[in-house]
Amino acid sequence: MSAQLRPFSSVPRALWWLLALCLLLQVGWQLSQRSSTAQVQPLPAPPSVALARLASLGEPQAMARAMLLHLQAFDDQPGVSLPWRTLDYAHLTGWLATAQALDPRSQYALLAASTVYTGVADPARVRRMLRFVADSFAQDPQHRWQAMAQATLAARHQLHDLPLARSYARQLRLQATGPGVPAWVRQMEVFILEDMDELHSAQLVLGALLASGQMTDPNELAFMARRLDELAARKAAQAGN
Amino acid sequence: MMTRLPPPILLIARYTAIEALRGRFLWLCLLAACGAAGLSLFVGQLALTESTATQAALAAAALRLASVFLIITFVVTSMAREAADKGLELVLALPLPRSAYLLGKLAGFAALAVLPAALFGLLTLLWAPPLQSLLWGVSLLAELWLVAAFSLLCAASLAHALPALAASAGFYLLARVIDTLQLLAHGRHASDGLLQQALTGGVDVLALLLPRLDLYARSDWLLYASGSWHALAPLLVQTAIYVSLLATAALCDFYRRSLS
Repeated sequence: MSAQLRPFSSVPRALWWLLALCLLLQVGWQLSQRSSTAQVQPLPAPPSVALARLASLGEPQAMARAMLLHLQAFDDQPGVSLPWRTLDYAHLTGWLATAQALDPRSQYALLAASTVYTGVADPARVRRMLRFVADSFAQDPQHRWQAMAQATLAARHQLHDLPLARSYARQLRLQATGPGVPAWVRQMEVFILEDMDELHSAQLVLGALLASGQMTDPNELAFMARRLDELAARKAAQAGN
Repeated sequence: MMTRLPPPILLIARYTAIEALRGRFLWLCLLAACGAAGLSLFVGQLALTESTATQAALAAAALRLASVFLIITFVVTSMAREAADKGLELVLALPLPRSAYLLGKLAGFAALAVLPAALFGLLTLLWAPPLQSLLWGVSLLAELWLVAAFSLLCAASLAHALPALAASAGFYLLARVIDTLQLLAHGRHASDGLLQQALTGGVDVLALLLPRLDLYARSDWLLYASGSWHALAPLLVQTAIYVSLLATAALCDFYRRSLS
């Protein structure tokens, strides 16, 4: 076939009209579909890790990120904006866990769980997200401590559940001991114990931290020593009262 | 004074590459690169965290699929067009061994694959360190050579474009997921029935016959800088073995074929 085209006038006029009509029909159809009552689609159950890996065609990292972006966009469906409390958090946790399993080195799913999906005003749902973060942290504490620290703060300030916050902070102190983990992460437990007014326990934990040799910075050591003195003074004052 | 012609293999390879360039192959590669760059910009805006890693993972997957699609389509349609135009008969009427024609075509397709591999490898510099981009680009080239060799085998032996395209796409998909299929077949949830055992055996045999394409051009090299020459070396050895196997199989089939 020659690459040279004949002029537009060589096309029958009726064909142009038919083309325009078909185009209008397509646009009209799409518009009518959009203006019809928007229906909320519930979050479906997550695929199994094996199935997701199979569907990824050997690109698990790309699949994990595509899944998380899809999940992220799920609360903004065409014509409807869904509050997070309407999402099925059991399914949500499953999707996050699948994405995490596809790309274990990524922090994306954990960050979404600890900072985004804990933003829901329902303690049960928040607890589910925190449990997901804590379970993931236990599998790789040296690389997942950021999300766990975030979960500790959420338990402390959002749920006001000091025992839970303390339990998370304790796991951080005992498990996140690698050289890449900053010292303040291991010190969180002390501050939470102070909030709980458990001054004796705080004193013990602080003493253990100082004795462990994990802190080497002189300023930090001096600060923690001062803190230990303050705790002793507060404890003495409590005993005096 | 007589000018000395290059060997027939190089001549056929050269004209194969010229045919691709005249067929807008380069433009299509550029278009794919622009599309992937646009996709990465878009997802970079959406990602909550690790936006560079998200961009790299999705763009690399898209670039890889685009390059494989372009190579398979070109190899199959080029061979089908040559058969339909009786160009094959014309070339074989010359004093040339059949192997020169087929190996020339393979060399042409292999040279052509350098174009998307180099272009897309350079594009990944946007998200990854230079060494990782280089490793990714080289392993993408190796993957494209495998795909080109298999497509050539299909196009030469199946004679029609549609079955050849379907077979090449099937080979590619199967070679990408064969490791996962094997894991599933041997998984804890697999039953112990006779049918299951036969299927597991079938998957195991397939895994022996296919190259593991999921190990080529790995996104995690770009995301976590985990690639190395040490990791690339087995892929190059696998490519050399498998391209030789496919080329030999294609030659066997081609020598058997009656073109009269």
